[in-house]
Amino acid sequence: MSTPPDESAVQPKLRRREVLLGLFTLAAAATVSGCSVDKKALRLFFHSHFKELSPDELSERLADLAGRYSKRFGRAVSVHATPPLEGVRFGYALDISRCIGCRRCVYGCVEENNQSRDPQIQWITVLEMEKEKGIDLQHANAYYDHALVPQPDKFYFPVACQHCEHPPCVKVCPVGATWKDPDGIVVIDYDWCVGCRCCLTACPYGARHFNWGEPNLPAAELNADTEYLGNRPRSKGTVEKCTFCLQRVRKGLYPKCVEVCPVGARKFGNLLDPESEIRYIVQNKRVYLLKEELNTEPKFFYYFGL
Amino acid sequence: MPLQKSKTDRARIRPEDRPAGPLRILMGSGERAATPRPACRRARFVLVAGAILTWTLRTPVAGSPSVVESGASGNGSLLAVSPPPFSEGIFPCSECHKPDDKIDRTPHEVEAHDTVVFEHDKKNRWCLDCHDATHRDSLRLASGALLDFRESFKLCGQCHGPQLRNWMAGEHGKRTGSWRGQKQYLLCVSCHNPHSPRFKPLKPLPPPHRQEPSK
Repeated sequence: MSTPPDESAVQPKLRRREVLLGLFTLAAAATVSGCSVDKKALRLFFHSHFKELSPDELSERLADLAGRYSKRFGRAVSVHATPPLEGVRFGYALDISRCIGCRRCVYGCVEENNQSRDPQIQWITVLEMEKEKGIDLQHANAYYDHALVPQPDKFYFPVACQHCEHPPCVKVCPVGATWKDPDGIVVIDYDWCVGCRCCLTACPYGARHFNWGEPNLPAAELNADTEYLGNRPRSKGTVEKCTFCLQRVRKGLYPKCVEVCPVGARKFGNLLDPESEIRYIVQNKRVYLLKEELNTEPKFFYYFGL
Repeated sequence: MPLQKSKTDRARIRPEDRPAGPLRILMGSGERAATPRPACRRARFVLVAGAILTWTLRTPVAGSPSVVESGASGNGSLLAVSPPPFSEGIFPCSECHKPDDKIDRTPHEVEAHDTVVFEHDKKNRWCLDCHDATHRDSLRLASGALLDFRESFKLCGQCHGPQLRNWMAGEHGKRTGSWRGQKQYLLCVSCHNPHSPRFKPLKPLPPPHRQEPSK
C-alpha cells in the first residue's frame, strides 16, 4: 500500500484564517464604501420561530411571502395566519360503507391545497380492500383503475392525516417545525422544516409527503387564498400533509373533501359541540380508529353507517 | 320530531340562499294556488287566498330552501334544505295535468313520462303512491295528506325511518357550507333519484403515479 497523496498538494485547502480574513475584509469594505445591507431581508431570513413572532413581525412576514408568491406565480396571492378557534376541537368521520372509491376527494384536495402536480403529491390515499379480508393494509391497493367503482367485492378506505392527539410526527421533529394547534390540527411550518424526513418515518399512517423535487404548480391552477400553516405553496425539501383544509375550517367552512364527496361519506365538525354531526356519529355509531393500538388517538373516525 | 316553522326560523334564511326558480306556485298547508290564467277570476282568488295563507303560516315560498331543525335532540341549529332538483320544464305539473283530466287509478305505464326509469319497489309501487292525482303540484303521504315537494324527505321517511333519523342528525346525506351555524343540507332526492334511488357506479379519477426508481 502506498501512502495516499497529500490532498493539499492536489487541491489547495481553504484555511480558516484566510476565510475569516476574507469575511472581515468584505465587511470592512461594505462599511467603508457605504454599501447598505438590506436589513429587512436579513431580518426576514433570520426570523424567529412562528410561535415566537410578534404580531408586527408576523404581518411583515406574511406580506413578504405574499409578495414573493405573487411574483412567482404572476398573480395576486394572499397569505393569512388565522389563529385556532376558541372552544373548538376538530374531528372527522368517514363512512366506509358509503365510500365508493371515486377519488373525487383526492383531486378536490389537490386543487384546494396547492399540491405539486408533477412530481405528484396527494394528501389522500384511497385504498381498495377486499370485503372478504376486511381492513387489511398489507393487501390494500392504492393504484386500482377500474372502469367503474365500486367493484362489488371491494370496499374503499381513504387515508390521510389522522390529526392524532399524540402525534408521533411532532414528537420526532428535531427542530419544532410541526406541532398540534389547540383546535387539534397538526400543522407544519414549511419554512422551519429542515427536510430531515424523521416525521415521514414516524407517522404510522403514511400521511406525510416530501417534496423530493421542485414542486410544479401551474399558476392558473393556484388557489391564491392561502394560509401560512396551510395551503401556501411549498418549496423543494419540505414536508407537507393534510391540514383539515385549515384555510377553510378556521373560517367556518367544511373541508374541501367533505364538499366534493358525491356520496356524503365524509363528516366534519366540532367534537366539543354536542349538536354537531361528528358528535352524533362518535356517540351513536361504532367507530374504528386506524392502528388504535399505537395509542396515537386519531381524531379521524371510520365508521359503518349502514 | 315536530317540524315547526316559526317566524325566527324563517328569518334565518338569507335572501341570497333563495334561488329564483321557475316555480310559480304558492304553497300553504296543502292549499294549491294554480298558475294565474287571465280570464279566470276563480284562479286569481285562489292565488290571493294562497298568498294570505302562506303569509299566515309563514311557510317558505316554493323554490326556496325550507328550514328544518337538526341535531339528535331536535333543538339543534337550523339548517336550510336545498330546493328540489326538478328536471327542466317538468314543474309545475299542473301545466299539463288539468283538474278535469280523467284519472286512471290502476297502476299502469305512463307514456308521457317515458324518460322516468322506475326502479323503486316496482312490484308494489307506482306513481300515485307518492304523487297526488287531484292536486298535481303536491306529493301525498300514505295518510292522504298533501305534502310540498320541498318537504319530500317526510314522504321518504315513511318507509326509510332510520335514514330520516340519521339525516336529521347529520349522519346520513351530505351537508355543505359551514360546519357551525346554519348548514345547507341536500334533500334525499338531490342524491337519490326518487324513481330509481340506488346509487349508480361512477368512473374513478386516475390512480396516483407509481413511485418509480429514477434511471
